[in-house]
Amino acid sequence: MKKCIVTVLGKDTVGIVAKVCTYLAENEINILDISQTIVQGYFNMMVITDVTGLKKDFTVLCDEMEKLGEEIGVSIRCQREEIFEKMHRL
Amino acid sequence: MINMYEVSETNKMIEHENLDVRTITLGISLLDCIDSDLNELNRRIYDKITKTAKNLVSVGQDIEREFGIPIVNKRISVTPVALVGGAACKTPEDFVSVAKTLDRAAETVGVNFIGGYSALVSKSMRESDENLIRSIPQALAVTERVCSSVNVGSTKTGINMDAVRLCGEIVKATAEATKEKDSFGCAKLVIFCNAPDDNPFMAGAFLGVTEGDAVINVGVSGPGVVKKALEKVRGKGFEELCETIKKTAFKVTRVGQLVAGEASRRLGIPFGIVDLSLAPTPAVGDSVAEILEEIGLERVGAPGTTAALALLNDQVKKGGVMASSYVGGLSGAFIPVSEDQGMIDAVQAGSLTLEKLEAMTCVCSVGLDMIAIPGKTSAGTISGIIADEMAIGMVNQKTTAVRLIPVIGKDVGEMVEFGGLLGYAPVMPVNEFGCEAFISRQGRIPAPIHSFKN
Repeated sequence: MKKCIVTVLGKDTVGIVAKVCTYLAENEINILDISQTIVQGYFNMMVITDVTGLKKDFTVLCDEMEKLGEEIGVSIRCQREEIFEKMHRL
Repeated sequence: MINMYEVSETNKMIEHENLDVRTITLGISLLDCIDSDLNELNRRIYDKITKTAKNLVSVGQDIEREFGIPIVNKRISVTPVALVGGAACKTPEDFVSVAKTLDRAAETVGVNFIGGYSALVSKSMRESDENLIRSIPQALAVTERVCSSVNVGSTKTGINMDAVRLCGEIVKATAEATKEKDSFGCAKLVIFCNAPDDNPFMAGAFLGVTEGDAVINVGVSGPGVVKKALEKVRGKGFEELCETIKKTAFKVTRVGQLVAGEASRRLGIPFGIVDLSLAPTPAVGDSVAEILEEIGLERVGAPGTTAALALLNDQVKKGGVMASSYVGGLSGAFIPVSEDQGMIDAVQAGSLTLEKLEAMTCVCSVGLDMIAIPGKTSAGTISGIIADEMAIGMVNQKTTAVRLIPVIGKDVGEMVEFGGLLGYAPVMPVNEFGCEAFISRQGRIPAPIHSFKN
């Protein structure tokens, strides 16, 4: 399984989760876990996804998600799980 | 499974604390390019570099994008050119043609620096070594990307004082040859003692002859991350201080190891080492000096600086070693002046002197690095400074280096701009008493007694 961590940060607004999840579904990306909080009006979400079924290049996914973030008015980052796994697990 | 706290900690390090991978350096052996015909030699060198490094930059960019970690530099190191060019190059001008070839190859593959315009003369010089060394001023003046180094001593061989004397003259001549650009050529020239074969950091990188055909070496960074972590243990004991540095160094190095492994796999080139050096940049919050000040110094250069640096350097290694399968290169804290805002501030405040910097190099990896000195400084004095630094390396069985910039036309207190990662620096005073009679002695300083270990 190839995992990818999607982080969304920015001012809270209607439909952030819906838009992000719709994009993931359209690209056959399965959601494994979601954590989400709002601190002083700021939306903070982390989605752990399985990108094994992804048809396009991973860097294209990163670019498209970043663009989607710009449209919604939040910052979206897409990173392969290994960077977190390596740093925080022995 | 990874949790939200861990993800945000990593991303905070990247976004706010300047965590990055400083360099992926592709080492390329040029030993199979050797030919007695100069044109053929240049052709082979260009072909080998452009073929081997064809995908270096694009692979680096893909890794950056996929993992969300900046990789600041993609660079190349090659076999010391004095060895490769010896058969074909009969004059310093012949060697300059090889420098131009390296520059052209680096431009073609899109890297900003290529290291290895080097000679290894720790015991004595062959004619080709001397020709290469004498060609350095011109080579660095007519190329943009070529970096040069000369290893003039080691713990096993002692110090080649003939080479030290020559290098003082060469540093001065390089400054003259590039005086229109604030003697910038000297920023691309390093004089070493105990130079490592697998250093990924410029300007001193070259690929030693003990290395394979091609190898990926990675240099990590992260002074900002260490500084932020230490803010949380202000006033606490040394045990907590050291533990915090170790844990942070571990995390930073793991990122380097990940990037090194990925780059190696994608390029189909073996992984060599991760270099654990804390490498600062002139950016605010990316400074080794600020870490030392966070440890408890009012300014870098104050009494206690050497001890604080010794502690920092040792803990970075202890934390980093377990995070990587192979550690090498320079692996220690860098203390350049122009590339570190905290160092620049300390010099301007009158806290940091050349002599204190020399003391600091006894306990960290590199040496007198990116220090601007008055252009009027004599070649003999520069050789004297080099000899002192080489002696520290030789006796302490560690790498030391000198990268001084005698800025032609400028004097103490004036500023010099190098631009980009090389930063800017105030011209620092140098002890003006002479050492000509010492430097003009012929031969070499013998190896120290503790080098005889067999």
